[in-house]
Amino acid sequence: MKSGRGDWWYDEAAGPLVRPYAMVRGRTRPLRPELHLVTQVRAMPSPSDPDALSVEHLEIMELCRRPLSVAEVAAYLDVPLVVVKVLLSDLIQRGDVVIRDPSRVPVVPDRNLLQAVLDGVRGI
Amino acid sequence: MVSVESERPGGELLVPTPVKIVIAGGFGTGKTTMVNSVSEIPPLHTEELLTEAGVGVDDVVGLEQKETTTVALDFGRITINPEVVLYLFGTPGQNRFWFMWDELAYGAIGAVILVDTRRLDSSFPSIDFFERRGIPFVIGVNCFEGSHRYEVDEVRRALDVDDAIPVVLCDARDRESSKTVLVSLIQHTMDRLDATV
Repeated sequence: MKSGRGDWWYDEAAGPLVRPYAMVRGRTRPLRPELHLVTQVRAMPSPSDPDALSVEHLEIMELCRRPLSVAEVAAYLDVPLVVVKVLLSDLIQRGDVVIRDPSRVPVVPDRNLLQAVLDGVRGI
Repeated sequence: MVSVESERPGGELLVPTPVKIVIAGGFGTGKTTMVNSVSEIPPLHTEELLTEAGVGVDDVVGLEQKETTTVALDFGRITINPEVVLYLFGTPGQNRFWFMWDELAYGAIGAVILVDTRRLDSSFPSIDFFERRGIPFVIGVNCFEGSHRYEVDEVRRALDVDDAIPVVLCDARDRESSKTVLVSLIQHTMDRLDATV
């Protein structure tokens, strides 16, 4: 899975990238296609095997005690989206988080959903 | 087994349905200001890394082959109810990152395109983008202090947008004013939906 050293897409100038990149052990491909910016993530009440998780995984588990979007997790952890997607893919695979991805149609077709959003925005 | 659907029996672990609205427009038209004025949390900032793979699928003029760049995203959140959460995303300042716009726009309720009457042309690429993709949008004319006040019809003519597209005068700094623009967009999306049924 790990690409050869000659394939690294960053060089020395990209210093700050090394740490987030190391967090995911060199993986850049998000494993789960349903992880979009607003996909909601919620942690299961307790991780199946905390010892098998990295500090960053555990941070996500802590953050996602309440549902958060992929973009929010990335913002709070202060790491690029691609890194969060890889970490989340691990947690999904382990069954430690559940997700709900947005409707993947070009426009929102659900009138009831739109009405709820309309009422909600009027109410803020 | 991993459950991609969210609720366990009894609704114990509720995962809301996310929806989003895109706030677009040219540089300096008040996109982040509008997100800020209506978001329930201080606007968040995240970054997507554009790698070589990304460069390959997008026309990123001026990027060297091995170089990477960062696309910055600012966004806010409005919790509609325990089951629905709305996100507001400002489009990245650099218009050339169209692949990111596609990700932002896909599945969105629609877009607010902010315009500054002193630099109308800076919002033309945004209008083209949403028009071509058939994504509902409204025009928010951000009334900057000291700029000439134009009538809605004048702006509409200058932008050459269809009569069916709402054009709303607003102050992106003002919560109520920004809410009015969002409401106008959601209603416009519902009207379009009704028209197709």
